[in-house]
Amino acid sequence: MEIAFDQLLIQTINGIVTGMILALVASGLTLIFGIMDVVNFAHGELFMLGAYAGVVVLAATGDFWIALVAASLLIALLGAVIYLTTLRPLLGRDPLTTILATFGVSLVLQNYALWQFGPVARKIQEPFTGHFTLFYLDYPWYRLVIALLSAAIIGTLWLFLKISTFGVWIRATTQDRVMAQAMGIPVPWVLTVVFAIGAAMAGASGVLFGPLVGVNHAMGLDWILKAFIVVVIGGMGNLAGSIAASIFISLLEAYASLWVSPAQAIIVSFVVLILTLLFRPTGLFVPTPK
Amino acid sequence: MRLRRSTIYWTGFSVIIALLIIAPFVLPEFWRRFVTEILIWGLLAMSSDLLIGYTGMVSFGHSAFFGLGMYGAAAALLMVKPPSLWLAIPAGLIGAAAVAAFVAYFSTRLRDIYFAITTLIFSQIFYVIIFTWTEVTGGENGLTFSRPRLAIPGLFSVPFTSETLHWFVLAAVTLSYLVLRRITQSPFGMVLQSIRENEARTRAIGYPVERYKIMAVMLSGLFAGLAGVLYAIQNRFAAPDFVFFVVSGEVVIYNVIGGIGTLVGPIVGAGFFLLLREGFSRFFTEYYLIPVGVIFVAMVIFMPQGLLGFARRWLNE
Repeated sequence: MEIAFDQLLIQTINGIVTGMILALVASGLTLIFGIMDVVNFAHGELFMLGAYAGVVVLAATGDFWIALVAASLLIALLGAVIYLTTLRPLLGRDPLTTILATFGVSLVLQNYALWQFGPVARKIQEPFTGHFTLFYLDYPWYRLVIALLSAAIIGTLWLFLKISTFGVWIRATTQDRVMAQAMGIPVPWVLTVVFAIGAAMAGASGVLFGPLVGVNHAMGLDWILKAFIVVVIGGMGNLAGSIAASIFISLLEAYASLWVSPAQAIIVSFVVLILTLLFRPTGLFVPTPK
Repeated sequence: MRLRRSTIYWTGFSVIIALLIIAPFVLPEFWRRFVTEILIWGLLAMSSDLLIGYTGMVSFGHSAFFGLGMYGAAAALLMVKPPSLWLAIPAGLIGAAAVAAFVAYFSTRLRDIYFAITTLIFSQIFYVIIFTWTEVTGGENGLTFSRPRLAIPGLFSVPFTSETLHWFVLAAVTLSYLVLRRITQSPFGMVLQSIRENEARTRAIGYPVERYKIMAVMLSGLFAGLAGVLYAIQNRFAAPDFVFFVVSGEVVIYNVIGGIGTLVGPIVGAGFFLLLREGFSRFFTEYYLIPVGVIFVAMVIFMPQGLLGFARRWLNE
């Protein structure tokens, strides 16, 4: 089959847009893992609840940007509560128990959403509906705005980690929790805030992604899987690696869906994952360990 | 006079098996089916206990082995006329073993959380393949078939009723339990446990750890496949829902609830979970997973040894 240049370009843009959203989800996941050794199975559910919170706030205020901020804050709060009630008691135990606990949390949250909002998908109205012409397609501006916003959020996170005092504390906690505690850094507080930040990022990406597809209670499942793939390919706990991996995977899937159905295109990312595990188990975008 | 431990053990074992044998006579149809189902899920949970409890590898991919067992049995039952039980079982086992070999080869290179995530992603690969390959697997609708007869060629042939099915499943599960128990107590099982305790040291002593891990995953997958075959025969269908990773998660829940590293614990856990689900679904209808999830999280935090470990400690006091 002959693939025209314009189709390829459209798929490239699509790939980058989904890649940026995925990067937003995955960087929250990898932040939580890298800093506190917690594999957050409930991350997809935080994404989903973020989208629902967006729906509710949007219905109440009518403004998309207020909804985005409010949903992120709400999910950050929820994240802090989840951390304090279920993960704090597991501190110091095998990291595997955190998978189990967060898996339980994800069951509760998912069924709570089903109970509260019902099985019918909700819709978030796009904040603006402008289009520009890309070859024969009307391409919505909103999609490009999502990509830019995601990049901006990730950039802010990076600056926050790099420059602010709290960011220094976070990095110190990652390197050596006991020593950080000894230096007077409030480690339990740092861990709670990190979980809340990761949750807020998931919530924000839920709201941003909401207008592209319907919001339903099972939307977290797809994303958590993709995010896990990305995090493993990018190297666990490696922020830059997971961003690169998100875009890489999304581009590959976008190109693959030129030939096969989108449901099958996900197999491409599975294959990349297997190859990564075979040849570079520490992650594709990580410098070779010495 | 003190009784020997093994005497107590075998007496308890025989009493429970005897109770399960007479169960179909006293239970009404619904609960009869329920007990059979507990046994099947218990077998699946027990197979994953070989990995979780004995080798220290938490598998989130047992739905793939279970599902391939189901589809393997379905293939044999649909393609060969008349459907034969003794073809369905090996077909399902071969399906599960093939998947297990594939998964084991790749995922045993990784440890801990990475192993858990990789097995999860592998089970999703098979889910996507089964879900989208509609011509062969029936896609979303799955496959339906008729139940084979319980027969030994030349001896007898009876159709499965709910009683004979129960006994057949009970026999299969009991046999698997004895085999698994033997495996865990064999020198091979001891090596698995030493991998759990200290992998580096086991390697230093000179055991080929990777090969042991691959064997463990394959054995575990084989028994999970057997559970899939039994489930397919009981319900006369194979559906992609059973390959979805949530099933694997439930299997891990059974293990944690019942107590890992005990083989019996996972069966107890499966029974407890299914009973909870039955009880809560009367009050919470389809949202029963909310209270079940809360109980599960509480058990992870407060009762890490599970029901069996808790009972054991309570008995010792």
